[in-house]
Amino acid sequence: MATYDFIFDSLGLRGWCGDADDGTAGGPMTMEQLLAGGAKAQPAEETFGLSDVWNLPFPSLDALNAACPSVARTRDMTRGVEQSFLAVKDGLKVVLDPLTQPLSWLLEGALYLFQWTPWWLMIPILALVVFYASKSARLVGFVVGALCFLAFIDHYSFAMQTLSIIFVCACLCVLIGVPIGIAMSRSDGLQRAMIPVLDMLQTLPTFVYLIPLIFLFSVTEPKLYGIAIILYAIVPVIRLTDLGIRLVDKEVIEAADAFGMTDRQKLYGVEIPLALPNIMAGVNQTIMMSLAMVVIASLVSAPGLGVLVLRGIRNLELGVGLVAGLGIVLLAVILDRVTKAALARVNAASSLPRH
Amino acid sequence: MSKTTRISIRNLYKIFGADPERALGLVRNGVGKADLLKKHGHVLGLKDINVDMGSGDITVIMGLSGSGKSTLIRHVNRLIEPTAGEIVVDGEDVLRYDAERLRDMRRKQMSMVFQHFALLPHRTVRDNAGMAQAVRGIDRKDYERDAEKWLDRVGLGGQGHQYPHQLSGGMQQRVGIARALTSNSPIMLMDEAFSALDPLIRTDMQDLLLELQGELHKTIVFISHDLDEAMKLADHLVILKDGAVVQQGEPQEILLHPNDPYIVDFISDINRARVLRVRSVMEPGAPDPEEGVAGEVDADDTLESVIARSGGDTSHSFRVMQGGRRVGVLNMQKLVRALVPTRAAEGGMRKRAT
Ligand SMILES: Nc1ncnc2c1ncn2[C@@H]1O[C@H](COP(=O)(O)OP(=O)(O)OP(=O)(O)O)[C@@H](O)[C@H]1O
Ligand SMILES: [Mg+2]
Repeated sequence: MATYDFIFDSLGLRGWCGDADDGTAGGPMTMEQLLAGGAKAQPAEETFGLSDVWNLPFPSLDALNAACPSVARTRDMTRGVEQSFLAVKDGLKVVLDPLTQPLSWLLEGALYLFQWTPWWLMIPILALVVFYASKSARLVGFVVGALCFLAFIDHYSFAMQTLSIIFVCACLCVLIGVPIGIAMSRSDGLQRAMIPVLDMLQTLPTFVYLIPLIFLFSVTEPKLYGIAIILYAIVPVIRLTDLGIRLVDKEVIEAADAFGMTDRQKLYGVEIPLALPNIMAGVNQTIMMSLAMVVIASLVSAPGLGVLVLRGIRNLELGVGLVAGLGIVLLAVILDRVTKAALARVNAASSLPRH
Repeated sequence: MSKTTRISIRNLYKIFGADPERALGLVRNGVGKADLLKKHGHVLGLKDINVDMGSGDITVIMGLSGSGKSTLIRHVNRLIEPTAGEIVVDGEDVLRYDAERLRDMRRKQMSMVFQHFALLPHRTVRDNAGMAQAVRGIDRKDYERDAEKWLDRVGLGGQGHQYPHQLSGGMQQRVGIARALTSNSPIMLMDEAFSALDPLIRTDMQDLLLELQGELHKTIVFISHDLDEAMKLADHLVILKDGAVVQQGEPQEILLHPNDPYIVDFISDINRARVLRVRSVMEPGAPDPEEGVAGEVDADDTLESVIARSGGDTSHSFRVMQGGRRVGVLNMQKLVRALVPTRAAEGGMRKRAT
């Protein structure tokens, strides 16, 4: 009958298998059936020829199940994952909901603030911030020009929505990520434990973040995309804080110890200032990654330019999508230039000794 | 010269590795540095060190690279914890101190100058110089005055607003020294403080150190791998080899009576005329010779200066004076003999090595 009958026969497990008819009774479909749109699988050939060897199926869960119905099928497994997730979901929700509620408030508050401020106030404020960060009049000119352009083509409020989300998420990434990075630099054990987690966060396809989050929180809650963005974008800040502090000149740390600095004095007076160029490089990457994620997060109701891109795809409105994409590029350039300029200033202020 | 002992290191051992306690047992049973590394995977940093450092003295620790000089000086302020032994400072065992007490000692008793300066690159020269006092919580207004004073003293007056990377290496090291001086600590630890400097600046800095020491009488532990420097600065010289003391004592004494082929080899290249002093080769208390003396020399003059005065004539003798008092006679022939390196140097370790 099925290819792998002989395994169970030779191991004398036939009795355990319960000898069901053809292995398709009850339960969810096999992966194959699922993909074939629910059509019944072809019954196995009776004669055994060369072509059977060529087409020998891998002894997968589904193939083994065909021989012995007691073996779980792959779909049973995915359903198991689903059910165990659903089982812990309620418990998780009780803990996570109140914990993450402030995130929703922050996002809503920022969204409101950025949109409530009239454009003729907002653009000068942003220009001031840019000037403070970069001390470069040219960059201020570029930023103001870009924002005015976006406003001119009526993308101003979308851009502000996107900016407000990035603002909140990037700030939280720094607030959470820098202490984690410092802790990692202090303990080799923690570093070993965190690196695989960070690797996973960085390599998981962005959509996969959204799947469990959709189950946990309702799609209308801002914290849903807030968490997705933070999880994705926090990685570089953590990594580079850890790296930056570990790279601080050992002799300078020795000097700090030799003059009797407390751990606190050392952290704020020596380690963080000397690690600042690296931390700032991490912040730059974090902001860029937030921007990438905020576009994808429009799938789960994040407002902003991403919504327009999504509309362009959904309704095949080519122009809408492309122009929104251009807006995102403009925002990306603005954010990148400003943070890089700030980074360059930090570097210049604390450039290392010549020797 | 030494009056009272200020820092006393007793039976100090330091072993780097996974299980220093076990390795310590092996070392005490006579396993050497090379064997310990090859067979047991531990590095013997320091082995049974006993050194007394006198109050107001400059104690110079000398040795080749890797002989454990930095390791030793870092034990004095416990930047490195020993495997066994005692470190007694002003009569108290530093190893018994808790973190709080240790910090207090580092803040008030000791300051340190580093080979690669170790200045804070993001702080101005003035802030760097005032670092020790700032750490203690003293007001900026108060420590800035002190910082400026010492910066002035080391020749960096008016540069306080600059950042370390705007200064040359020699200037940066002056900042390092000003930083140590501004802490007003009675003990100064200097780990190869002048090694990174070029010869001219280096001589300047040595002179400056001696000049300052003449006023301040600090207890200085100075590390060097340069014999000329050690001879110039040391009141007490400690020579390390593979983590153990091979000889220690008055530098002139070591130069004239080396007790180990390693030291003989070490001193064979030195310009003896420049470092040996009249007091080390004179006949103390001897009467003036019958043929009379060619003049008077000071007991602390170098032989080089005496040779210059004699014009190369070896038939004279000089009367040796110290503080206006006659203390002995210097015979030129004895002087010339003292210039010949110790015999063993010719067949010493270097011959065997090459
Ligand atoms: N943290 C450490 N771990 C293992 N071995 C060490 C460590 N620190 C020093 N050592 C070893 O201890 C020995 C002495 O090193 P140390 O730095 O004290 O030498 P040094 O005399 O200061 O040399 P240099 O003149 O090159 O500065 C060396 O063999 C070195 O390899
Ligand atoms: Mg050293």
